[in-house]
Amino acid sequence: MLGLSRSDLLMLLFVLFLVAAAPILLNPFPEASRFAQFNAGYPDLMQRFVIFAIFAVGFNILFGLTGYLSFGHAAFLGAGSYAGVWMLKLLTINVLPAIIVSTLVAGVFSLIIGYISLRRSGIYFSILTLAFAQMSFALAASVLTPITGGETGLQTALNDPRILDGASSGTGNIPAPALFGLEMRDSIQIDFGGWLWTFNVGYYLSAFILLVAFYLSIRIFRSPFGMMLKAIKSNNQRLSYTGINPRPYTLAAFVISGMYAGLAGGLMVAMDPLAGAERMQWTASGEVVLMVILGGVGSLVGPVLGAGLIKYAENIFSKINESLLTQWFAFMPEGLTDFMVTIVSPFVGKGWHLSLGLMFMLVVTFLPGGLIGGVTGLFGRIFGRRSKAQGE
Amino acid sequence: MELSAFLLQVLNGLDKGSAYALIALGLTLIFGTLGVVNFAHGALFMIGAFCAVALQRILSISTITLDETKTDFLGNPLKIKTPIVEEWFGEATGQLLIDWSVPLAILLAIPVMMLIGFIMERGLIKHFYKRPHSDQILVTFGLAIVLAELIKAYYGANQISVPAPDMFIGSFDFGMLIGMAKGKLIYPYWRIVYFLFALLIIGLVFAFLQFTTFGMVVRAGMADRETVGLLGINIDKRFTIMFGIAASVAGVAGVMYTPINSPSYTMGMDFLVISFVVVVVGGMGSLGGAVLAGFILGILESFASMRVVIEAIPGINQVVIYLAAIVILLARPRGLLGRKGVMES
Amino acid sequence: MSALEVRGVNKRFGGLQALNDVNLTVEEGRIHAIIGPNGAGKSTLLNCFVGRLTPDSGTVMFHGKSLLGIQPYEINQAGVSRVFQTPEIFSDLTVLENVMIPALAHRDGKFEFNALRPMRREKDIQKLAVDVLEDLGMPDKHDMIASSMSRGDKRRLEMAMGLVQDPKLLLLDEPTAGMSRADTNNTIEVLRHIGDSRGITMIIIEHDMHVVFSLADRISVLAQGTVIVEDQPENIKGNVKVQEAYLGGAQ
Repeated sequence: MLGLSRSDLLMLLFVLFLVAAAPILLNPFPEASRFAQFNAGYPDLMQRFVIFAIFAVGFNILFGLTGYLSFGHAAFLGAGSYAGVWMLKLLTINVLPAIIVSTLVAGVFSLIIGYISLRRSGIYFSILTLAFAQMSFALAASVLTPITGGETGLQTALNDPRILDGASSGTGNIPAPALFGLEMRDSIQIDFGGWLWTFNVGYYLSAFILLVAFYLSIRIFRSPFGMMLKAIKSNNQRLSYTGINPRPYTLAAFVISGMYAGLAGGLMVAMDPLAGAERMQWTASGEVVLMVILGGVGSLVGPVLGAGLIKYAENIFSKINESLLTQWFAFMPEGLTDFMVTIVSPFVGKGWHLSLGLMFMLVVTFLPGGLIGGVTGLFGRIFGRRSKAQGE
Repeated sequence: MELSAFLLQVLNGLDKGSAYALIALGLTLIFGTLGVVNFAHGALFMIGAFCAVALQRILSISTITLDETKTDFLGNPLKIKTPIVEEWFGEATGQLLIDWSVPLAILLAIPVMMLIGFIMERGLIKHFYKRPHSDQILVTFGLAIVLAELIKAYYGANQISVPAPDMFIGSFDFGMLIGMAKGKLIYPYWRIVYFLFALLIIGLVFAFLQFTTFGMVVRAGMADRETVGLLGINIDKRFTIMFGIAASVAGVAGVMYTPINSPSYTMGMDFLVISFVVVVVGGMGSLGGAVLAGFILGILESFASMRVVIEAIPGINQVVIYLAAIVILLARPRGLLGRKGVMES
Repeated sequence: MSALEVRGVNKRFGGLQALNDVNLTVEEGRIHAIIGPNGAGKSTLLNCFVGRLTPDSGTVMFHGKSLLGIQPYEINQAGVSRVFQTPEIFSDLTVLENVMIPALAHRDGKFEFNALRPMRREKDIQKLAVDVLEDLGMPDKHDMIASSMSRGDKRRLEMAMGLVQDPKLLLLDEPTAGMSRADTNNTIEVLRHIGDSRGITMIIIEHDMHVVFSLADRISVLAQGTVIVEDQPENIKGNVKVQEAYLGGAQ
């Protein structure tokens, strides 16, 4: 079905289930419980999960398949964001044109940068992409202020022209981004026993787009084109003696992943019509790399899980503060409580980046295949042992 | 353009170029000897800078005595802080020590950075020799974040100002030296010191590699690691030491840079990105290329920050280094002085 | 008619004259062996045919079209496939994938943006690959990761990757090095069969004289970058110049 093999279809259905049921799955604790702070089922966070998943799935098409490590993909996400806000300002508050134009603008932008950067490989390629991204960031924050809003960022305003639906700005409020009248921030809340579930329009739009993006990535992975990309990673030279010109293949992969980044950027502004230059910074590019390697480079579901985990950890870790820690360790003897709080507190709250850095190191060192690689390895070992035992 | 303005930009470029060159030199040593792409090198520069902060703090530890004869505006007895070093060594020597804390911090930074270098190499980097370059980049990138965050947790996020010794405060009038009007071409003393210091360190590193047996073996190892290993020379041990040296070079570069730019935990990342560009522009694995590219890009950046230039091409000061890197890499695929076959797989 | 015409090819590396005025004519449908002592320039010559090296002077014409100054993939698309001396395979991919990639390159050309076509539906390509693997005696290794194979199997995989493209000219650089006697005989069998049935022109570099004399229609002897003799196999065996070249090379 859908041109997928049975196992791929199952994987797609699994992701469909995950994102569809996320508002319930991510709120396992009743509102009143002391664990409610670990719930992740609120719209803002769930939107971030799926939008970053799109970014990571796209990045994986380049990095996972061809092995080309780009340090500049945040620039495409940023470019998509700016394009998206401009569409919301100039054209219509309907998010559809914004999302489409974001993707296209990022596509053109990545075509130019990719065409130049791909003249080199290895670390030279990484540095070229980094240089382009840093240039974009610096320009967006300074000279390009008329287009990007500079350091304050670009956002929608009351007096935007919005040539297609200018009338809606007459209400006195800045109109909220919507899809044919359905506002992104609208939600239905269901109080189920002690649990509160929020079903948000913006989240489900993003989730739907993630599913499409994920489906396309499966198709790409399983196509002859995808196989050529894997061959590029494996042995670029040999491919050329096999009659294949590797450059257009890598460029196509670069542009596809750039468009995924632009799509993610467009969705971000569709959820919250504000774009800032910091979205283009190289640390943002580093974050998507981490998502992909944490989940598993070159695996299909990996980037989705990686994006979710990082964003969840970021959210939880940065919420925890000292008083909360004191509460948690209160059951210990007093001296020990203080000790534990002192030990743990640098890693949480504002120190969340410390945990992020450690996570980065641990994953690269001990889990080169990411979570997916680790799980597959474990399964392989368990089942491998069992079949061996049966054989004996 | 006036001659004085031109010379001023060259001078301005020298101190930044010195820092780029020193960091890039260490990066190249590590890459050339160990074959490792170290994204944590900027963090080593930053830790060096915080060695200066630490020493300044240590030297300023004071005992507080109450002077009953004087009162402050609330009527309480006046508190008098006396730095312990002044008590120990007498007032004059103590004040001299505090005043000279930045250069003195070099003595602290060298052993500290050596130690950090050894621990890093033995504890982490060693396990990544056979892993792909992308893994090395990622793990050291993680380490850079960790080091920066540790410094932030201890010293806070704000910049901390560390003054140069009193005798180097103020500026030298170069213009008058070459017969220009007074005040046309002035340049802070400390930046002159920094530039000369950088030249000294670069000279020492090159001399060390050129004239000692240790250096010869390391250079041979850079050229062909396997063969040298076959000769029965313990290359690994030397490479560990080399890592320590590279870390120290970055560290002392950081120490001496503190009066020019007050250190904060982000300075490592700021310098790292540019230093990598410097290394790549110079040509991966070429020590001379790293130094050359460091100074060229430093001076280029300084020229691009001139008002006339910015007015002509807005934003050029922000992007000139990256732009230069792109142009150079496209025109000379292996950088200015790069050799064939390095980092091309 | 001649398939490959090599005229006056020279190649210098620094002070070493690796190829010195090499002339070679390979007739269509024939198996042409190039032999010679180590360092005679055999692999250098082959590299000049596939775009890995560019000669300093001379011409290499393939069916009237020059092979010089064009990209390796264009040479391959013109119908020249090469089997490498040290196995150059896609080591993280499966055996079947390794063979399907050149098959796709042969069918679709140097670039085809077929990102949404499922590989599973490429039945023809799969069949081609399976058949070639069968011919080469590896029908049961489709899903093995290429890097985990034995050296001999890697050589056979290399050959499968060349043969699956149904090339007009197949260049074989020591195809049986590292193979067992049995595998070598099997390879000779396969190459002879393919030569006879499909009429593929082949150039083969080989040290194993058993292989050379079992296959070659014609032999060129290369020594110190020059073709010293070119003749029928039966005339090569007793040739004095050839013996000198080998003995000279062995000193």
